[in-house]
Amino acid sequence: MTQAAILEIEALTKSFGGVRAIQDLSFSLYPHAVHSVIGPNGAGKTTLFNLITGVFSPTSGRVLLQGQDLASKTVHQRAALGVSRTFQNLQLCLNMTAIENVMLGCHLHVNHRFLPALFRLPRIASQERSCRERAAELMEYVGLGNYISADTTSLPYGAMKRLEIARSLAAEPKLLLLDEPAAGLNGAETAELEALIQKLSAAGVTVVLVEHDMKLVMNVSQHIIVLNYGRKLAEGSAREVRENPEVIAAYLGEQAA
Amino acid sequence: MSDGNDSLGAPAALTGTSARLAESSSLLARLLSARQGGFALLLATVLLAPLFMDGLYHYDLAVLIGINAIIVIGLNLLVGYAGQISLGHAGFFGLGAYTSAILTARYDWPGLLALAASAAFVGLVAFIVAKPILRLRGYYLAMATLGLGMIIYLVLTSESWLTGGPDGMDVPPLVVFGRPVMGEQTWYWIVAMILLLTYWLALNLIDSPVGRALRAVHGSEIAAATAGVDATGYKVLIFVVSSALAAAMGGLYAFYSGFITPSSAGFLHSIHFVVMVVFGGMASIVGSLVGAIVLTLLPQMLTVFADYDALVYGLILMLVMIFMPKGLVPTLASWLRRSR
Amino acid sequence: MFAEFLQYLVTGVTIGAIYALVALGFSIIFNASHVINFAQGEFVMLGGMSAVFLLASGIPLPAAVLLAVLCGAVLGIALYKLGIAPARHSDPIPLIIITIGAGLALRGIAQIVWGKGFHSLPAFSGNEPIGLLGAVIMPQSLWVVGTTCVVVALLAYFFNRTRLGKAILATSYNRDAAQLMGINTDMIMIVSFALAGLLGAVAGAVVAPITFTYYEIGVMLGLKGFVAAVLGGLGSFPGAVAGGLVLGVTEAMMAGYISSHYKDAVAFVLILLILFFMPTGMFGKQSAERV
Repeated sequence: MTQAAILEIEALTKSFGGVRAIQDLSFSLYPHAVHSVIGPNGAGKTTLFNLITGVFSPTSGRVLLQGQDLASKTVHQRAALGVSRTFQNLQLCLNMTAIENVMLGCHLHVNHRFLPALFRLPRIASQERSCRERAAELMEYVGLGNYISADTTSLPYGAMKRLEIARSLAAEPKLLLLDEPAAGLNGAETAELEALIQKLSAAGVTVVLVEHDMKLVMNVSQHIIVLNYGRKLAEGSAREVRENPEVIAAYLGEQAA
Repeated sequence: MSDGNDSLGAPAALTGTSARLAESSSLLARLLSARQGGFALLLATVLLAPLFMDGLYHYDLAVLIGINAIIVIGLNLLVGYAGQISLGHAGFFGLGAYTSAILTARYDWPGLLALAASAAFVGLVAFIVAKPILRLRGYYLAMATLGLGMIIYLVLTSESWLTGGPDGMDVPPLVVFGRPVMGEQTWYWIVAMILLLTYWLALNLIDSPVGRALRAVHGSEIAAATAGVDATGYKVLIFVVSSALAAAMGGLYAFYSGFITPSSAGFLHSIHFVVMVVFGGMASIVGSLVGAIVLTLLPQMLTVFADYDALVYGLILMLVMIFMPKGLVPTLASWLRRSR
Repeated sequence: MFAEFLQYLVTGVTIGAIYALVALGFSIIFNASHVINFAQGEFVMLGGMSAVFLLASGIPLPAAVLLAVLCGAVLGIALYKLGIAPARHSDPIPLIIITIGAGLALRGIAQIVWGKGFHSLPAFSGNEPIGLLGAVIMPQSLWVVGTTCVVVALLAYFFNRTRLGKAILATSYNRDAAQLMGINTDMIMIVSFALAGLLGAVAGAVVAPITFTYYEIGVMLGLKGFVAAVLGGLGSFPGAVAGGLVLGVTEAMMAGYISSHYKDAVAFVLILLILFFMPTGMFGKQSAERV
């Protein structure tokens, strides 16, 4: 608790017309841990991710990354500050090959200016080569070694999800937001995902998970936040949350409490 | 960037990956690539074509094809790669043509300076409208670019004191170092050089992080932004570049033909450019060349049909789009790939 | 002063009614198929031209107009069957090019059959101007506005009260759901295209006595009708009517009070303004992307 928080959410509220998707939400996330945000459908989890990454602007409240208020920062500016994410409804560029999608993730680490690219200065060519190699490595790392030369459209669903993770890793983020990465995966694939998340955490990436797969969440998280109807219902370690009567009631209905 | 001990502790299964990547730089792959093989082919075509030309009429056609090809390459970067739409591109062409013409004919500017000034001026206009226009998507963007092109056309038609009105205006020849640049053959070589340069630069751009960023904006703008791509910035950039290119070609065309009319900025001319892009193949520079060649030659060949030319042209458009919606070159390329 | 204003208003409403009819055609096809039919203007042209030539071949005027309108419907169906249906699974841009090609082909046919000259149709009920509060109204203007009102009323009844009309609306909201409910979406498309062709031809026939008709008149009319449709919100029927009227009146006021040179520019300046400040049009549906 003596280290500074990597992400702070202060009194965050987001309304869409009459609907309050997020209400007065506050929490802090500390680095080098795996955090999970859980809650019933419609609790506001993806909205929270959209607020952190800048897709939505809050109605009120603040999002702070390493102490810096993100209020005026656009999505791509926040990416440059070290935030990366995957999407619940996959957002892959189907007009590019699988490896090109991962190479896209390298964007912030390469010279992406117009004139050097136009005249193909020598550094651009060598940079393209190393970017491609790194993308291939990352695809191997997430288990997509067989798809390195594939078109994105030929990938099975589970592989597409992993491709998105590879793309988000290419950016070498400080804060990685994974939106329902286990959705649509079978038992074996989920175990691989669990191992991957732990590997990332050990390497120093702060991972935030939105998930419905409770087994995965409990196995992998050091810190869990429970949302319900846009408000924070509970927060704590895996055991604390598991045994919290309000959480149980929200998930299983009043009788189980 | 790719040392065996990267921060994620990835197991270095590099032999497999390197081997898989190495095959792409074999000689055959390079020959078939657009950047190297394609450039060589284009260079050869440009150098050898005059041997087959029979009279100045053929040179004239070649100049027109070249000018169209350069514009269409620029437009394809905007439409095919970055996924935007422009139904008013001829407006930039016409504006460039008229700016060059007016500066030289009425204000005695030196030709090259007028040309540079037109490209810069139109680029500036494009820059000013780019941000509000490129916020739009789909049909709304199409409509906005159409509107912009039409407004330019109407201004050029109405301000006759400056532009000569609907009947057009004469343009003095381009004078470089005291000598007038005239003649279909001279212009052939000028346009050919610019085409080769444009082709090479465009392919450089595509095979780079900028090209990837553009295609990502097309594929999923939100994914691109999440990866750190300044989507708006790139859209504005490519919009301005392709508009300035069209304007420069407009200016060159004005000097070449000696006479311009407002229809060069009109809706039908804009549609011609878009059709060349789509017909040849979106996101295919080679396709842009093919589209420009076929669709510049086609109306010429159809004059044989006299009054039937519009009908035949329209039918050809429909048939190609029905059976080859991805465009000529990508469809042929995928047929070739499938039969291998 | 007032008489002048009223005169411009009359002109504006008259031409606005035509734009409204063209815009309705765009919206109907867009709702059914998400295609922008760049040949819509040609339906207008062919309505006028065929009425002229049917009349010239001896058929009395009312029958000629009716036949021309029916031709429009048939042409709409032909466009769907020959141009759109074969390419149904394409992206929007190839479909747009197909309609552009179709428009070009139709212009080509008109050019071959009828030449490049200007033609005109006699006014439906004579040329005696009617005076109203100092302004002069041509009877044909009343025909234009009246026909448009009748057409709009019939369309409203069709879409809101008949099964087929409601099925078309349902298909436009959610095509898959409509198919699952047993709606024959192919029939929907046929009817929609027929309607759009019919509307175009009505506009063409009824305005031909006022403006000359010639083989290229469809281009500008189509573009302005499209502008009117987007002004009101592409796909919205009240929007198409409102957009058409707003465009027509603004154009007439511009031509009357400021400059007739830039009359045509009004449509395009208006569309840029609307798109910059109200992208979904006056009545359009707002939609947000879900990520």
